[in-house]
Amino acid sequence: MKKVYGSAADALDGLLHDGMLIAAGGFGLCGIPELLIDGIVASGVKNLTVASNNAGIDDFGLGKLLATRQISKMMASYVGENAEFMRQYLSGELELEFNPQGTLAERMRAGGAGIPGFYTKTGVGTVIADGKDVRTWNGQDYILEEGIFADLAIVKAWKADATGNAVFRKTARNFNPPAAMCGKVCVMEVEEIVPTGSLDPDSIHLPGIYVTRLIQGAHENRIEQRTTRKRETA
Amino acid sequence: MAWDRNQMAERAAQELQDGWYVNLGIGIPTLVSNYIPEGITVTLQSENGMLGMGPFPYEGEEDADLINAGKQTITEQPHTSYFDSAQSFGMIRGGKIAMAILGAMEVAENGDLANWMIPGKLVKGMGGAMDLVAGVGRVVVVMDHANKHGESKVLKACTLPLTGQGVVDRIITNMGVLDVVPGGLKIVECADGVTEAELRAATEATIVG
Repeated sequence: MKKVYGSAADALDGLLHDGMLIAAGGFGLCGIPELLIDGIVASGVKNLTVASNNAGIDDFGLGKLLATRQISKMMASYVGENAEFMRQYLSGELELEFNPQGTLAERMRAGGAGIPGFYTKTGVGTVIADGKDVRTWNGQDYILEEGIFADLAIVKAWKADATGNAVFRKTARNFNPPAAMCGKVCVMEVEEIVPTGSLDPDSIHLPGIYVTRLIQGAHENRIEQRTTRKRETA
Repeated sequence: MAWDRNQMAERAAQELQDGWYVNLGIGIPTLVSNYIPEGITVTLQSENGMLGMGPFPYEGEEDADLINAGKQTITEQPHTSYFDSAQSFGMIRGGKIAMAILGAMEVAENGDLANWMIPGKLVKGMGGAMDLVAGVGRVVVVMDHANKHGESKVLKACTLPLTGQGVVDRIITNMGVLDVVPGGLKIVECADGVTEAELRAATEATIVG
């Protein structure tokens, strides 16, 4: 079975429909599937629910899908750097479900592992617990959180072979593996497709079983907050 | 007289113990890494998927794939490891991180913490703060004692939506150090030039002992 496709549009062909749930990897602008986001913008699919830690910024990442009003609901932990997001949310055009960051990651991981719900102490006694089942173990309360089963996962890795075995680079790994796992199908974009057999099997971060389709392309890899220090002078 | 931001960070660094894995929040807590005491090795976690966080890179060496939880470019160290967000919060939720030092909008005498939203105003989200305060071994808050209107941020009860319930162990402010104990807060020490009477007067919360 061929997993490698020539473009984002080819790789997404037949996988998109209005009203679907998409899980997206990335943290801030780090490790985001920027080519696939552009492909979804171009497809015109709408009324999307997107599970992603952040919502990009106004002109990059998921911010592009917000600008075109293709997203109707976000499941996220932090949306602080996006003015258009805030405007749509405050005007009621966009639904927002806040998830604690670790709960969001675990909801994706659990969904991918076939676990429909789990109990966590994160959010106990806060608005996050509203309406959720509470159970007590050893005197500690835990709330029920549900696994995420996405119609489609879109993720970005550094390198992969043609079977989808993938390697991430530094902190660009972040939500990509759990997002990939929770998709019924997963489309991955990478900076480089390498010959099968050239990656060390002991060093694969995400086995190809989680990857349905794969594309390679040039990435902007934009930096959100450029911080540096001065070199000490001798 | 009271402590400035750097002195608060320096005081908070005294909370660190050799061998600990620690998560530092954004703002004053980030400055704590500048004051890690001599002879103590701590490993800093960045909850976006890294243990062994190093300082900012030299100009020209920034790497888009290497950022901290505040999305700032950083560097790695010889003992650095990377992992995904589910594993990162697995180690947080699993109690492997000894301590989190983080900022706050309000802290209450029962250890309640509010630091993620102000209703009706800008809502940014809790990020990893709810997971951290629920999961780590010890929670230390570093913040100004009063808000910009001069009102105590150390309260009998939080007025803002909570980040965590009964989660704070110690509060370090520009005026001193307080511990959450049964019945209220206990003064551990006063900042330079601050008297106990001044600290009590500036604190809305119940002070015991």
